[in-house]
Amino acid sequence: MAAPVSSVDKTPAECSALNVTSFQKKTRSKSISIPGTRPSVQNGQLLVSSGVTSLDYLLGGGLAVGTVLLIEEDRYDSFSRMIFKYFLAEGVVCRHELFVAATQDDPDDILQELPAPILDDVAIHRPGDQPRMSCEPQDTLDAMKIAWRYQNLPKVQSALASSSRFGHYYDVSKIMEPEIRQAAKWHRFYHPEHPPLSSGTHSPKLESYSALLKSLREVIRREGFDLNAPLPKSRNILRVGLHSLGSALWGDDLCCHDNPKNVHALTSFLYGLRALLRSSLAVAVVTVPSHLIQDRALMGSITRLCDNAIALESFKGSERETNPLYKDYHGLLHVRQVPRLNCLASQLPDHKDLAFKLKRKQFTIERLHLPPDLSETVSRVGKGESAAAACASSSAKHLDF
Amino acid sequence: MFTELNSILNASPESLTPGEFILLSDRQSDASFLIHHFLSFYLKARCKVCFVALVQSFSHYNAVSQRLGISLTQAKEKGQLTFLEGLKESLSVLIPQEENAENQAMSFLRDPAAGLRSLYEFIQSSVVESNGSGEQWGPPVLLMDDVSVLLSLGVHVGAVLDFSHYCRATVCSQLQGNVVMLVRRDGEAEEDDEGSEQLMRGLTHQSCLTLHVQGLPTGYCRDIHGQVELCWKKRQSDGQHTPKKVFQFKVHDKGLSFFARGTSSAVL
Repeated sequence: MAAPVSSVDKTPAECSALNVTSFQKKTRSKSISIPGTRPSVQNGQLLVSSGVTSLDYLLGGGLAVGTVLLIEEDRYDSFSRMIFKYFLAEGVVCRHELFVAATQDDPDDILQELPAPILDDVAIHRPGDQPRMSCEPQDTLDAMKIAWRYQNLPKVQSALASSSRFGHYYDVSKIMEPEIRQAAKWHRFYHPEHPPLSSGTHSPKLESYSALLKSLREVIRREGFDLNAPLPKSRNILRVGLHSLGSALWGDDLCCHDNPKNVHALTSFLYGLRALLRSSLAVAVVTVPSHLIQDRALMGSITRLCDNAIALESFKGSERETNPLYKDYHGLLHVRQVPRLNCLASQLPDHKDLAFKLKRKQFTIERLHLPPDLSETVSRVGKGESAAAACASSSAKHLDF
Repeated sequence: MFTELNSILNASPESLTPGEFILLSDRQSDASFLIHHFLSFYLKARCKVCFVALVQSFSHYNAVSQRLGISLTQAKEKGQLTFLEGLKESLSVLIPQEENAENQAMSFLRDPAAGLRSLYEFIQSSVVESNGSGEQWGPPVLLMDDVSVLLSLGVHVGAVLDFSHYCRATVCSQLQGNVVMLVRRDGEAEEDDEGSEQLMRGLTHQSCLTLHVQGLPTGYCRDIHGQVELCWKKRQSDGQHTPKKVFQFKVHDKGLSFFARGTSSAVL
């Protein structure tokens, strides 16, 4: 779709006025541009990175703004806590605001343990700087005569390169430097600091969850993340991290009893959280110790109330640790649910048997497969390739007569 | 709406069967595409639709319906569609504030044990509304997405069954309209808790057409998204009695395709 030859002599201003070709690059897109986000390829949804690039790929490009990611914790809460910290660290690097709620550890301690990002050019944000918008008006640009096709492209950003990248890598052996961490704006909710109020309402909701929901709503309203209110000029995303909901430390007895009294406390809270997030520029990651919840149907309703849901199953302490099949990996990852947002089809992962491995500089999620079997029966199809996939795309080399 | 599904159901926007209670259910799958189908189907059939959307926001349904050729905002402005956005209304109930005037429909969240009377009254007022001025719409239709979230929020099974019975009596029998409800379940058949099992049985008994969506019994496949089982309770108008049909389907961006079991293009 090249432009006709005659238009090359004209100035670019005349070019666009005459509209010689139908191929015109958009000068300014209508969608809002917030650092650290990108629109989804499938349905134009605004996505943020979860901090783990392979998890982003699994969830269809990233976490959609306005949704909840549920992580079912592994037994010792080691890897789910790691993903939780990756999520918060990504927020610090992208300069999003954070909201951290926990009961077991003080949120200050969680923030001090964030992994260090692997980047040379992470700009250390000084408080006095104004945040630069990534789409600035192009009126000061000189008219290009030769490279006129690049006229309408945005200027290349040399500084703040980290905030326009999507997804970073972190070094788990190092702690994030205090300067980077302190530049981030964050809010905390530490459950022991909020004593239960004496209220007369008989509701199925727990005091702790109601206080958390109220505090979150206040932060959203005060800091300008609410989509119903007029938004401030420079928009940002709020990353909400809720650690170990449903555990006994929140006052919930879901994990302690077979027939808990407050069966619907957590589900009502998740419904309220969903309602809050759908109307604000925020993303939430919730971890739940699902291995303590005996009622599978309750776990099912908790999963349905969240949008994305993954479950981690680590090999630590189980007999699988010594199984040669799993020797390269730290655990299995199950994708329980992927949302359908604003479209009919959802981006389901290709394969369901996934394993993860925490390396020093990367948290990888890979398809689980057997190493090649070097025996006489070479034509056997490997375990990882499911029958349906083989039917869909069977390559000739697997047929061995 | 999906034309293939219309031909399977022998339904078209021009000729509706009045007084039907259609139950959509799924197990470990997502049957919400059927809700989008019925929403656009009844809007095209010029019925007065009352949509109780408890789990997703209005913009989600609007975006999908636009791909199917219907504009929900226009239907709302013309008065054809009454949309209850459960998520938005619930916030004012869950986090009580003095200055907010809340919609009474979601007030069951404050005390779920009391039942769904306020929600029923909201539905009744929206379907019985007389439209003296404005266009004349067809028979009223009630769509609910979805009923199982009411159980998660603490409402008793008996209250939900009473509520559905009241809706059926008002909409189907009195006003000769249709009711479509979605029930979602998770897990294997043995793991169901008594509440959702009771709900499913009660609603199946009340319904005249059930569409049950589940994953493939042989396992996960990327190209075939699941299978749909259709059960008719009463004899069809032309005398044929086909109580059950099973199809497999694949959901595309703008529609879906049905095929008989085992005849997907991915397999053949």
